[in-house]
Amino acid sequence: MAAPLGTGARAEEPGQEKQDMQEKETVTPERAEEAKLKAKYPNLGQKPGGSDFLMKRLQKGQKYFDSGDYNMAKAKMKNKQLPSAGPDKNLVTGDHIPTPQDLPQRKSSLVTSKLAG
Amino acid sequence: VAEADIISTVEFNYSGDLLATGDKGGRVVIFQREQENKSRPHSRGEYNVYSTFQSHEPEFDYLKSLEIEEKINKIRWLPQQNAAHFLLSTNDKTIKLWKISERDKRAEGYNLKDEDGRLRDPFRITALRVPILKPMDLMVEASPRRIFANAHTYHINSISVNSDHETYLSADDLRINLWHLEITDRSFNIVDIKPANMEELTEVITAAEFHPHHCNVFVYSSSKGTIRLCDMRSSALCDRHSKFFEEPEDPSSRSFFSEIISSISDVKFSHSGRYMMTRDYLSVKVWDLNMENRPVETYQVHEYLRSKLCSLYENDCIFDKFECCWNGSDSAIMTGSYNNFFRMFDRNTRRDITLEASRESSKPRAILKPRKVCTGGKRKKDEISVDSLDFNKKILHTAWHPMENIIAVAATNNLYIFQDKIN
Repeated sequence: MAAPLGTGARAEEPGQEKQDMQEKETVTPERAEEAKLKAKYPNLGQKPGGSDFLMKRLQKGQKYFDSGDYNMAKAKMKNKQLPSAGPDKNLVTGDHIPTPQDLPQRKSSLVTSKLAG
Repeated sequence: VAEADIISTVEFNYSGDLLATGDKGGRVVIFQREQENKSRPHSRGEYNVYSTFQSHEPEFDYLKSLEIEEKINKIRWLPQQNAAHFLLSTNDKTIKLWKISERDKRAEGYNLKDEDGRLRDPFRITALRVPILKPMDLMVEASPRRIFANAHTYHINSISVNSDHETYLSADDLRINLWHLEITDRSFNIVDIKPANMEELTEVITAAEFHPHHCNVFVYSSSKGTIRLCDMRSSALCDRHSKFFEEPEDPSSRSFFSEIISSISDVKFSHSGRYMMTRDYLSVKVWDLNMENRPVETYQVHEYLRSKLCSLYENDCIFDKFECCWNGSDSAIMTGSYNNFFRMFDRNTRRDITLEASRESSKPRAILKPRKVCTGGKRKKDEISVDSLDFNKKILHTAWHPMENIIAVAATNNLYIFQDKIN
């Protein structure tokens, strides 16, 4: 970060100080954290602050609701009792009619699942 | 904690007598300061509930499969022009102008209807009478006067009332619109940073505000840590800025996190109009509007988090949007942090203080004890270590009374109001 102005309002970054003293032997705390992250998620995006992060932000609120499915299920259920959402709201399969309210909040994670390798 | 109760915005009105809060459930609660009262001297300065109403409801956009949250993102008061109070409240998509008015009289003695409202049989009416006004218990009514809808494709993050008291701006991730308070079916687009190809998107608008005195000037901040000042006199579409504020970065210290933590979550002009303050993840910066190449003051809010960025990224806390505010005389600034801590900086003495907003540490009228976070090694008594901080207890929204040393701090679902010691 750039050198601060003013009379010491800004505390000295411990990492920065270290780096000045020991030429590249000690890593700044930020870089150390970055290394930790890369170790955990080796496939993490090439553009860190870029598209992935921004796209996620712009797509907030996206829920997937298919009106075709909804109407078909409603028609099928015409003669039967309409089932309520049930305790597990994430289970939207089978005869349960999906409604906008009980769709799970689809929050795509920026960090790819460990299952995805 | 019920999610609907989480406070999402706090704002004093111009006189400081009213304090509005908005929550995730789309509700607005307005508090009013008690007048000086000789029979109850201790209650002077206390804020009590004045009015509450449901501002926004959840909606579902079937065409885009978009759920529109009812969460109130921002509330901004209009300057008071008559007995009623007006405020703008916004969720992700729709801005509403609310009128809050008092009713303390009721008309009695109507000709065409009974006291209980039933219509009287006109043939039975043999005499005319003039209805008279009788006092009644104070009733505070809130009614929506204007609804400004369908102007934002992306999520509204800011609204700002202009000093001309006739117009206001609303900003979403990619665009800023200018509205006239009387006109709801039209708004002018004044900033559009949407690229032709969305794959080329590199930054979004994070906050915007009108200058407090110059009605042609506004600023907007970005996710890349820059601020652009625009002058509406120079062109109708302000895609080209008049001033560009950016602090140069030391390239050797750049990391994966650099851009994310430089994203500005809030921008506020000083009351004087000479400075502006920006909040990024770890610091607050004060900028002189006459100097674009670096801030004049930088205050570290919680520098100890720099060595925790990996886990803060994993739990999404690194994306938390903290707000900041000035005191009435612009001599002090305040912002929130984690563990229900909030920080205040005195610009003149350079002193800073960390305080906590929680039930355990604040009894009514007790003086708050300064808190301290220890970063390593030996933890002194009364200090709290970085690893013990509760990152779910975040203070994102704070407000400072426009003239006095009274502050409002929102801690999740609780609102704290603190005052200077009364001698």
